[in-house]
Amino acid sequence: MTTARSTGGWVIASSFLLAFVVGSIPLPGELDRFRPDWVAMVLIYWCLALPYRFGIGTSWLVGLLVDVGRGALLGQYALAFAALAYLTVQTHRRIRVFSPWRQAFSVLVFLLIEQVLVFWISGVIGYPPRDGWYLAPAVGGMIGWPLLFIVLRDARQYFQVT
Amino acid sequence: MAALKPSRRIHDLFTVNPRATLQLGLWVALSIVMMTVDHRYHALNGVRDVLSTAMYPVHYLARLPTDIQTWLSENLAGRAALLEENARLREKQVFLNAQLQKLTILEAENRRLRSLLESAVNTPEPVLIAELLAVDFDPYRHHILLNRGRQHGLYVGQPVLDQQGVIGQIIHTDLLTSTAILITDPNHALPIQINRTGARTLALGTGHFQELELPHIPNNEDVKVGDVLVTSGMGGRFPRGYPVGTVTRVEFDPGSPFARIVAKPVAQLDRIREVLLLENAPDASKPTAPALTGAAAAPKKP
Repeated sequence: MTTARSTGGWVIASSFLLAFVVGSIPLPGELDRFRPDWVAMVLIYWCLALPYRFGIGTSWLVGLLVDVGRGALLGQYALAFAALAYLTVQTHRRIRVFSPWRQAFSVLVFLLIEQVLVFWISGVIGYPPRDGWYLAPAVGGMIGWPLLFIVLRDARQYFQVT
Repeated sequence: MAALKPSRRIHDLFTVNPRATLQLGLWVALSIVMMTVDHRYHALNGVRDVLSTAMYPVHYLARLPTDIQTWLSENLAGRAALLEENARLREKQVFLNAQLQKLTILEAENRRLRSLLESAVNTPEPVLIAELLAVDFDPYRHHILLNRGRQHGLYVGQPVLDQQGVIGQIIHTDLLTSTAILITDPNHALPIQINRTGARTLALGTGHFQELELPHIPNNEDVKVGDVLVTSGMGGRFPRGYPVGTVTRVEFDPGSPFARIVAKPVAQLDRIREVLLLENAPDASKPTAPALTGAAAAPKKP
């Protein structure tokens, strides 16, 4: 694999597509408050696994598409995702050696920071969050992380994404 | 040498890449510039158009799970259940047809009376059905994305209804999609009238799908729980007389000049799948004014 250039871009693209689709399905009842932002988590995964390939710039572009997809301000998720990628890329050497469950705690912290950024911008344009529930998706993300990690790792190894 | 190696590897774990920090700074700066331009000057609509056209297939994909679920429940339903539903719908059809006959007469009579009074009130017709593509991820902002855009003739300020009542209005149109703000969005105000008494006020969004707030109603005003609210037609954006909600709570506070009145929208705003778009009065069809609180609430002479 040393001679090959980056391969398996379509795996990355389709993982984001799938994350966007899964993320827009509401969960039943009160559980919906904890619905994780799967796109942000897939982003964390690729920043951990391929930091030389998937970095801040790519994350910013993904964020821009998410902005359009979710009807947010142009640049809102782009900024948050760039910050998320920054945090992950800078710490990926440490986080990579953890087990998925221990990684989940770092993921929680990253997602909380990302969420605060997104809602801070919302607050600036006149939609301040009214209670603490807006942080709940980060908790959902922490619980979902081990599953996502295992699925994406197997996909990456199977399709030899480098 | 052997002792050096692990320490170097530990050091590796904590290396921070200064280039990444610089990169982050640049991207953050670009985001802030973009957000400012987008929010203040709405100058990035071209960019949004291009990107949203690219996202169009993704939205369709995102709808797929719900569509499959509906398809399955429709196609795998038992014969008995289908027959029962059919019978129920036929009954409803007969009932509605009977009502419609009465309505036609009333409408004709109403128009005749209005022409006698020389007041021009146009009754707009629903022109288009649109389907919901996505709901805003932000739980405090009630925006929905519809699968019709400028190409289908949508314009900013166009009223959006469902079969029960008013849902909201279009605030942004792309080529193939458009965004609507719901009446429960905290930044939305809808000019309404209490159907029983004719008292005019606004229905302010609260950020809850089940709640609208009615400000500026004096304590001595005649308002009861169960009163029906309809659009008043003030502001020229919504046509008159469409159902909005019912009053659910009335609290009189002797200490304040106004009563605290809460209403519940008739439309099931958290369960929208299809919406109707109205062709409104000609003065609202100019897609110039931004469709937020001030514009929607601007009172006009009745």
